[in-house]
Amino acid sequence: MCLAIPSKILSIKGNTAEIDVGGNTKEVNITLTPEAKVGDYVLLHAGFAINVIDEQAAEEIFDAWEEAYAALQK
Amino acid sequence: MQPYRNRDYAHHLLERLQQEATRPVSVMEVCGTHTVAIARSGLRELLPKNIRLISGPGCPVCVTDDLDLDLVIALAKEPEITMATFGDMMRVPGTGSSLLEAKSLGADVKVVYSPTDAVALAVANPDRQVVFLAVGFETTIPTVAVAVEQAVQQGLRNFSIFSLHKLVPPVMEALLTDPEVRLDAFINPGHVCTILGTEPFRFIPEQYGKPCVVTGFEAVDIMEALLMILQQYNQGRPSVEIQYKRAVRPEGNAVARGYIDKYFTPVTACWRGIGEVPGSGLALREEFAHLDAQRRFPITVTPGKRLKNCSCGQVLKGLKLPYECALFGKACTPMKPVGPCMVSTEGSCAAYYRYGAQRVGGAV
Ligand code: SF4
Repeated sequence: MCLAIPSKILSIKGNTAEIDVGGNTKEVNITLTPEAKVGDYVLLHAGFAINVIDEQAAEEIFDAWEEAYAALQK
Repeated sequence: MQPYRNRDYAHHLLERLQQEATRPVSVMEVCGTHTVAIARSGLRELLPKNIRLISGPGCPVCVTDDLDLDLVIALAKEPEITMATFGDMMRVPGTGSSLLEAKSLGADVKVVYSPTDAVALAVANPDRQVVFLAVGFETTIPTVAVAVEQAVQQGLRNFSIFSLHKLVPPVMEALLTDPEVRLDAFINPGHVCTILGTEPFRFIPEQYGKPCVVTGFEAVDIMEALLMILQQYNQGRPSVEIQYKRAVRPEGNAVARGYIDKYFTPVTACWRGIGEVPGSGLALREEFAHLDAQRRFPITVTPGKRLKNCSCGQVLKGLKLPYECALFGKACTPMKPVGPCMVSTEGSCAAYYRYGAQRVGGAV
């Protein structure tokens, strides 16, 4: 039930953002993520953005593990 | 998110786990979404024998107490009430019936997707008393708080909530102190932690010496988290770490926590199968008592008898695996659930049923 899906913000009007879900646009409430900007990825849950996702952190952590993996292969 | 499904990398992680798993550890995943991910990927049978994964309380639907639900169902049957609920709650059995059965007998029960939809329902139906059945962990609670705020701002007189919210850290502590339950570490619920961050879990390593890793929902995320847990053990430094860095910051979402604190205050709550846990539920604060359905519509029902033969309690505590319940797959299936662990798609029993008990049978 706590499932939250990532999605990109297309536009913002007040407390409502238009987001892209698999090519369709949908409106979500962004009261809980006042820092969210157009272009950000947010996690959606029960009609709300609950968190802004850090795509870069995602890549960094993966890189770190990849490096460790690569080092082991040598 | 493609790399998180990378096969070679998964093999590498399994090898690393094999090297680090030098002693038996029991790791509980608290969140139902993890239970589903583990069942779907068949991870249990791939892992080193020393790692035992146990499914904990899992989902807010599964842990809703049947006696609480009896009250909700009785209220839903009142003529002036429209009960709005998340779809998952419809088939959860109370001691007697479910909201779905009540609806088929004429009760006005409506499924909503968001708590704010329930507010909209109240606005659109001024002659009805709309009660939102508020279930959820910390992921969901802030969204309910925003709905309450909307109702306050609009001065709605026909909206209230029936709060059966549950808080995760207090139940983790209850499990740690339960002499029956043996646990060495936790896979922390990723989306609960987007709100809470790491601070509310620090007592777990500090007072109980057990690792906690906040974890994402791909099989690879879970393997990484297990490796982090084993490394914490082997290096003797239990702590709260975040594997799910792409979504969770150590500080969590302070705005969302502010919403929870503004509208709610902790109370004792009853968890199905686990019992009363102090401070693990939330009630609306005194100033918002007029939006509290329990206070606004005092109802009593003769306590029903709790379900017989259902092992949900032991399953929720991680003492039994679902297929060790005598009813599993026989009297109790997702089509005809006896216990709540079978009702919700995230319940451990439903996850095991869906992805095949035999696949995970060797892991006990
Ligand atoms: S199989 Fe059904 S009755 Fe048995 S523990 Fe699971 S939900 Fe409860």
